[in-house]
Amino acid sequence: MVALTTLSAGQTGLIHSLQGGHRLISRLASLGFTPGAPVVVTRNYGHGPIIVAVRGTQVALGRGEATHILVYPAEA
Amino acid sequence: MHCQTETIPAPPISRAPGATLVVALAGQPNVGKSTIFNRLTGLDQHVGNWPGKTVAQKTGRCTYQGRKLSLVDLPGAYSLTANSEEERIARDYIIHERPDMVIAVVDAAIPERSLYLLAELIQLPAPVVLVLNMMDVAEQEGLQIEPHVLEAALGIPVVPMCATRQRGLEEMLDTVFRLWDGAFPYNPRRPTILPAHQEVLEQVITLIADHTPAPYPVDWVALKLLEGDEEIHAMMQAALPADRWHTIGGLLHAHEDAVLDIAGARYAWIARMIRAAVVRPKIGQVGLTARLDTVLTHPVGGLLALIGVLGVVFWLTYSVGSPLQGWLDMLLTQLAQNVHGALFSVSPWLADLVADGLIQGVGMVLTFLPILIIFFAVLGFLEDTGYLARAAYVTDRFMHALGLHGKSFIPLLLGFGCNVPAILGARILDSPRARRLTILLAPLVPCTARMAVVTVLTAALFPRTAAWVAWGLVTLNLATLALIGLIFKRAVLKDEQSVFIMELPLYHMPNPRTIGLYVWHNILSFLQKAGVVILIASVVIWMLSYFPAQGDVMQSYLAHIGRTLEPLGRLMGLPWPMLIALFTGFVAKENTIATLGVLYGDIGNTLPALLSGPAALGFLIVQMLFIPCVATVAAVQQETRSWRWTLLSLGLMLVLSLGAGIAVYQVGTWLFS
Repeated sequence: MVALTTLSAGQTGLIHSLQGGHRLISRLASLGFTPGAPVVVTRNYGHGPIIVAVRGTQVALGRGEATHILVYPAEA
Repeated sequence: MHCQTETIPAPPISRAPGATLVVALAGQPNVGKSTIFNRLTGLDQHVGNWPGKTVAQKTGRCTYQGRKLSLVDLPGAYSLTANSEEERIARDYIIHERPDMVIAVVDAAIPERSLYLLAELIQLPAPVVLVLNMMDVAEQEGLQIEPHVLEAALGIPVVPMCATRQRGLEEMLDTVFRLWDGAFPYNPRRPTILPAHQEVLEQVITLIADHTPAPYPVDWVALKLLEGDEEIHAMMQAALPADRWHTIGGLLHAHEDAVLDIAGARYAWIARMIRAAVVRPKIGQVGLTARLDTVLTHPVGGLLALIGVLGVVFWLTYSVGSPLQGWLDMLLTQLAQNVHGALFSVSPWLADLVADGLIQGVGMVLTFLPILIIFFAVLGFLEDTGYLARAAYVTDRFMHALGLHGKSFIPLLLGFGCNVPAILGARILDSPRARRLTILLAPLVPCTARMAVVTVLTAALFPRTAAWVAWGLVTLNLATLALIGLIFKRAVLKDEQSVFIMELPLYHMPNPRTIGLYVWHNILSFLQKAGVVILIASVVIWMLSYFPAQGDVMQSYLAHIGRTLEPLGRLMGLPWPMLIALFTGFVAKENTIATLGVLYGDIGNTLPALLSGPAALGFLIVQMLFIPCVATVAAVQQETRSWRWTLLSLGLMLVLSLGAGIAVYQVGTWLFS
């Protein structure tokens, strides 16, 4: 189980849990970041915001927010 | 998780035939709601603000087969939890104003995510019609959707639509009235909560049942409590006896994970609803959006593309906007002369008031209309196509360092043309604090008018090194902007501004009508709201410079003020009339040049003789950082809805500019003496 930011572009993960305050969790959950949901990282350059595909939508996340999302990396 | 079917009796026909049906248009951001609204209401719409908010409120009317419909366009909301101002407004409207019906608009190209709001809407009492908008985009992305299958699964009417091509609008209206007449069976299948939390939900319902304020539905309030909604928490804490709230608090604390389960259950419900209705593209099929994004969100390609877009914006500004502005300016000068001539025989001071006060002040804003129109059109275009979110993503890493959001970049950049659209454009930011910080920083971006003044003055004061001095001044302004951003990031905003969660919507063809209405409403509302402030300020400044000496500035009230400020001027090595020139720039920046011309004649010869090098440089810096023009101040007040914030903005600019002027003069004099 790792933070979403550790996945590189093209990698898929299954969401395990969300950390952080109620507000952040509530916002992320309504956008489709819920446990069990598959996410695909489409942009991650090791710094700056990342882009992930979740439930058919591309969402840009700041690194701080993305580290609050814990995922199981899918086997490549 | 199981599914529950309930039969709701057909909505009662409570109004007389011919009465207006009130329908709310709800949907997540970027689902094309505004296009539907504009198509249905045309220009028969009213745009204002929600009471006490800076979120636009749009209401309109339309008629279908002789029956009247009143439409309310709710702000874009991802959910009905109060995570944003928009979401709070949308749900308050549905719960308190109780529209007869809700039209839930979803983006057919991303059915899974955009149906989330429906999962919440369907749990409220108002009957819901589902509109699958952007069927064309869905097709372009390779999705196949069967509206009838979805309708059978959901138990509510479903209408496919492509609002930009005017398809599906009549069908929607027809469905709305059929549902209202009871001619459509309404048996919604609602999402339910996971068994793990079913028990606690029922406990909470029992505890709050007799204390829930009307018109909130009890089970909805219980659900929102479990979801951790802060506003509902506060409401129930106030409504319940302390011991009972304590019991509930314990329950909620033990079930803190419920928020994710509830959201998860809604997504599971969506998955079952669309299983048979939506056929996904085969793996490997790459949609248009993905192809465009390989370039537009690339760290290098994206920046180059952004620079290209900005190039076009500035090219438009200078090749179309500026000539038009010059032409309007000429027209106004002509008009002012003619009016002055005509009125002079009646009353000389009235002639001066109208020609120099009104036409100068208000006219100056009008001459900026072409540039305002260009900028709003560009902003509307970039937003409508979906590119704006990419620009925000590409620039976020730079803006983040300044405590700003990637979305602040475009408004601030527009500030180079004119600060007004920069401030109005800050509306695209979701967080109110990030919006206010952007508004605070925008006047530090040197606009075309400030640049015009600087160009003339640097040429007069530093004829040999004018270009370098001007370049240095612009750099200084941007460095100041960065510095203030950093300070406020540390001191005021703490962590809130750093939240960067932004959807990158699918690209679609821009709709000229949507963009046209966006430009129209923005400019109209600015002129309506700011017009009075600009008018009053123009007249006041004119009166101060005119009375009591009938037009001799050197003997006017303004000169009195200037003389009082003489000690301040001395600190900067400036004679007091130079300060007067700065203040007259409040009506319009260009006035500074005009005033200097009146006071000193040919400034190219007189000013260099009058000012030492450090004083001249100091004056230029003060001019660059000085309080913005009245139109900008009016825009700040309009958008922040706070005089305190407006005064803070003015005070900041005043302290910054005068402080910098004094420092440059004192240090410069000390170095060169």
